[in-house]
Amino acid sequence: MAHASESTVGAPAILREVKPAVLPRAILVEHGRSFSWITDKISGIIEGKTPGWWWVCFILACFVASFTVGGITYLVATGVGVWGHANPVNWAWDIVNFVFWIGIGHAGTLISAILCLLRQKWRTSINRAAEAMTIFAVVCAAIFPVFHVGRIWYAWYLFPIPNSNVIWQNFRSPLEWDVFAVSTYGTVSVLFWYVGLIPDLAVLRDRFYAAGNKLRSFLYGLFAMGWRGSNRHWSNYEMAYLILAGVSTPLVLSVHTIVSFDFAVSLLPGWHTTIFPPYFVAGAIFSGFGMVLTLMLPLRAVYGLQDLITQYHIDCMCKITLATGTIVGYAYGMEFFIAWYGANPYEGFAFINRAFGHYAWAYWIMISCNVITPQFFWFRKVRENTTLVWVLSIFVNVGMWFERFVIIVTSLARDFLPSSWGYYSPSIVEIFTFFGTFGVFSVLFLLFIRFLPIMPMAELKAVTPQADVHGGHHGDHKTGLGDPASVEQGGPQP
Amino acid sequence: MSKLFPKSANKLPLQIVIYVGVLAGIATAGVTYYMTPKYTRVGYAPVQPVPFSHAQHVQEVGLDCRYCHSNVDKSGHSNVPAAQTCMNCHGTIKPNSPALAVVRESFEKNTPVPWVWIHKTPDFAFFNHAIHVNRGISCVECHGPVNQMETVTHMQPLSMAFCLDCHRDPAPRLRAPGDVYNLDSRTLADQGRADEAQNYIHDWKLMPPQSCSGCHR
Repeated sequence: MAHASESTVGAPAILREVKPAVLPRAILVEHGRSFSWITDKISGIIEGKTPGWWWVCFILACFVASFTVGGITYLVATGVGVWGHANPVNWAWDIVNFVFWIGIGHAGTLISAILCLLRQKWRTSINRAAEAMTIFAVVCAAIFPVFHVGRIWYAWYLFPIPNSNVIWQNFRSPLEWDVFAVSTYGTVSVLFWYVGLIPDLAVLRDRFYAAGNKLRSFLYGLFAMGWRGSNRHWSNYEMAYLILAGVSTPLVLSVHTIVSFDFAVSLLPGWHTTIFPPYFVAGAIFSGFGMVLTLMLPLRAVYGLQDLITQYHIDCMCKITLATGTIVGYAYGMEFFIAWYGANPYEGFAFINRAFGHYAWAYWIMISCNVITPQFFWFRKVRENTTLVWVLSIFVNVGMWFERFVIIVTSLARDFLPSSWGYYSPSIVEIFTFFGTFGVFSVLFLLFIRFLPIMPMAELKAVTPQADVHGGHHGDHKTGLGDPASVEQGGPQP
Repeated sequence: MSKLFPKSANKLPLQIVIYVGVLAGIATAGVTYYMTPKYTRVGYAPVQPVPFSHAQHVQEVGLDCRYCHSNVDKSGHSNVPAAQTCMNCHGTIKPNSPALAVVRESFEKNTPVPWVWIHKTPDFAFFNHAIHVNRGISCVECHGPVNQMETVTHMQPLSMAFCLDCHRDPAPRLRAPGDVYNLDSRTLADQGRADEAQNYIHDWKLMPPQSCSGCHR
């Protein structure tokens, strides 16, 4: 660390001998950008004229989203039979897509909650967009289980509401736990996102007022809820943010743990394994960071945000992707090991069938995308090639979709009894519905980048070099207030 | 910029909570009262093509339920009698009554009397009449005191809650086997013979299904 060389003065003699390297802290906002530059830059994205590319993307996204609207309209009008799943594969693309989208959201929660508690300051550049991504991903995820109900007007049966049937949900079922986990997750994510937005909405309110745009000033002001930036406001804000970070931290782990229970609590070979919760959580964060990279790299290029999303940020994201991707790869290997070590013929067959059966193509797509792709992030050259990182992040997303497909479909298609074996192919309605969710997601995300600040301006300013009480002169122990080195020097010498 | 929120806005959160609470309460009460079978089904008494009085046929004539609904104790379905059953008596009793014109026409043309169906079980629910009447559940439990009705009226909600209430605890609704078709009889429990009801439950192995597939087959 920066203090290392100075600390050696009062530190054990051994440190003087080994001379620990001085590791400079990464600069999170480059080129000495000022506070007002940050405000102008982020607000400028919203205040400027709508760019042409935005309209092109928006119209395209609306067109793609119409496939979901069409797909689910046809489903509701006709019946859930229009999807391709039938005995024995009663869960297929719907649950695959649900888990896929829910998993993507996890990076947002990890960045906002765990990285906040761990004081990882690089989160500030990406947390707002990642939280937005989380919420929009939950919206896309929710479409699938809700419409899988078929008779959508009975979807309220998912919630424990007293009814004239005097029946309750099966509280022992992980599917019911899912309802609570995902709805809590959605609610807390929205709250977290909104609380973080309040100071920035107030900035926009004031700027639009100064520019004479009364309507937009009013709308931003409405949601800024009278924020004036007073000391008491900031004090309450920081406390609320910390509490929400504390509440969300278990959610990072619990949501996908419970999603994995949908499978792990059953008795099906290939599903009934204790490794599922950690394996799913790692996979979710892996896919989430893949999606964050997919979204942030184009934004960075289009809006010229290289000073705010630095190479250091990209390195951090790539490394988390690498770490979680490697955990996922380990889990794939461990599943095979346990299938062999457990000596259960059904379990053994399930895994051999995954790798070499009818769905082997899906398995090997999964392995190449999830295990091999992240290994490229070991190399600095790769991490510094933004285009390549973006392409690899797409592979991560593809791979994680196939992981869920492999887990869900291969196990159902080949269970204990050969008489109940089958083969599943999606219907055109399912394909349309899933394809369209990328449009739904894009529409929401495009609206987000057009109308809301894509980075938390206030928090970004706090991580600029000039916001440091040391004025950027780390290690200048004579002036450095609260510098541990100066404290040590001032203290009694042994 | 000017203040968007007046000082009174500080009370908004509380006001919103109260308004939403009251609205939710009204909506819940409304749905509970107006949208459940206790309201939507109970009291349904359509005009039938023949002004058939159950009260007259049971109380005055003394017919047993099974004279007309002859398969109720043998079949899952309780049959509505064919015109032939009516004509057994009405061939000689009031053979020219205008009220019976529809029955005579039905008998001659061999077409069913177009009775209006009152107690409908949804097609996704399986209900077996025989097992109920043969195990001490009287007609009156679901159909009400039909023996006193001039016009048949839907008396019970026949909701899933109604079924499950009894399936979860059948003892208070059991009658002695001889009392099942006597709609004026009282249940064993009401007669202070709860012990006997418990014996029936034990001896007849009464385990009304509570699983989904018990009724939704």
